[in-house]
Amino acid sequence: MSEIVFDGVTRRFPLAKGGDFLAIDCIDLRIEEREFVAIVGPSGCGKTTLMRMAAGLDFPTDGRVLVGGKEVRGPGPERAVVFQQFALMPWKNVRENIGFGLMCRGTPRAEREEAVAHYVQLMSLAGHEDSFPHQLSGGMQQRVAIARAYVMNPAALLMDEPFGALDAQTRIVMQEELVRLARRNPRTVLFITHSVEEAIYLADRVVVMGKRPGRILETLDITATRQAENWEAEPIEEVMDSPAFTHLRSRIWRLLKAREQEAPAA
Amino acid sequence: MGQRNFLGPSGTVLGHGEFWLLTLAGFGLFFGTWWGVTALGLLPAQTLPSPLDVWQTLVRLWERPFAGHVYSEHLGASIRRFLMGWAIAVAIGIPLGLLMGWYRVLDEVITPLFDSIRFVAPLAWVPLAALWFGTGIGGPLLIIFVGSFAPCVISAYRGARLVEERLVEAAQMLGASSRQTIWHVVIPGSLPSIIAGLRVSAGLGWQSLVGSELIVVGAGLGYLMVQGQANLETSVVIAGMIGIGIVGFVMDVLLRAVESAFRRRWGQE
Repeated sequence: MSEIVFDGVTRRFPLAKGGDFLAIDCIDLRIEEREFVAIVGPSGCGKTTLMRMAAGLDFPTDGRVLVGGKEVRGPGPERAVVFQQFALMPWKNVRENIGFGLMCRGTPRAEREEAVAHYVQLMSLAGHEDSFPHQLSGGMQQRVAIARAYVMNPAALLMDEPFGALDAQTRIVMQEELVRLARRNPRTVLFITHSVEEAIYLADRVVVMGKRPGRILETLDITATRQAENWEAEPIEEVMDSPAFTHLRSRIWRLLKAREQEAPAA
Repeated sequence: MGQRNFLGPSGTVLGHGEFWLLTLAGFGLFFGTWWGVTALGLLPAQTLPSPLDVWQTLVRLWERPFAGHVYSEHLGASIRRFLMGWAIAVAIGIPLGLLMGWYRVLDEVITPLFDSIRFVAPLAWVPLAALWFGTGIGGPLLIIFVGSFAPCVISAYRGARLVEERLVEAAQMLGASSRQTIWHVVIPGSLPSIIAGLRVSAGLGWQSLVGSELIVVGAGLGYLMVQGQANLETSVVIAGMIGIGIVGFVMDVLLRAVESAFRRRWGQE
């Protein structure tokens, strides 16, 4: 029971000069148990706000957000977040950063160390257990942040442009690894990105959003294509070159472009 | 961390050696002028004793008691008194500042009160301290406390305020309680600012020392200086000032080292 449900969610932000800004306009979206959904859209379309509401770090002005049937009232480890800027604690080493949530939960030390060691291995962080975040590359830091989220065994994973701060090569490696991880450890995932390719490659379903106000333009099911084309067996560059992939990509681009022309930048 | 560089007057970068050379030149100029003025007899020894006189006085004070104690005992009494007052200021000021940074309400209750009191200079508390505590230990402690309390509160408050919002959110989404968030995120996140504040507060507390020792009968550098003044021994007064300067400088250097060690460890330098 870990489906994420946005039920008529609206979010307005008060403006300094008075009045308010409609960031998200009455969104209904249901992410099924163990489904990987990516939300793609231009900056300012409210996709990060959606994720923050699922995390309990922000709240709807109207409507409800439910995870596993329960209304979200605040942040908690059953909905682990991976932030774009990693948000690792600079004063804790890799081991302590990954084990932090388990420590808060009161997991006994031996059990905690075992779980941390497992994810250190899985995320290829072996040998860096005692390093501090500033001694690691961006890609390594994000591995730590992903391990820190996974180790909590969360019902839902919320990822806010997790690869947005990484360089192009690192990004591709991380995308492949996330696919591998998601297959070994299926979870309900809400993945926010502005990269259309990333969304298609990773997700079972891609939600395309437009801005002013933030609305869902269309939802595309990728699962059928992925299985028919056997993407998981192919390297990422082959997948991204395949006609089925480029077809999906063009379709999403057209949607985003049509929307952009319809609603000129205010 | 790269080699530390120093900017010269026209923006030229000075190396380490040149920097120390200039520092030495400054001291040389100072003592040279001092010595010159006394050697030429421009000022009577009563007004300004020569550097040599002061040095001899220091040696004498070190070996023979003046105002009841030898120099090291005066020095020790001052340092003990300072450490006690400073410790009280740190023990109350740092937690208070952190809580003010964390809990908005506390901030709004305390800040205006605090802002109106902190402009009363530590010396201005001397009469009140004398009335309350007479010549007991309480008086000096109160004055040193007043001198060093404000920077403790302000630095901890600033530190807590500047802790990255993201880190607090990360801790909360991992299930950290309020207490765990303060202990594992807010306090370590504020440490660089707190340590900088400790440095400032130690300096100000130490500066308040002489004021506090005006109301002490017994021992201490300030007491030594007041007795020197009463006996018209200018070199004793200056010897006391030198002790205050050196101890303050050493304290500052030590706390600076602690500060940069922390920054290096967490990659903030």
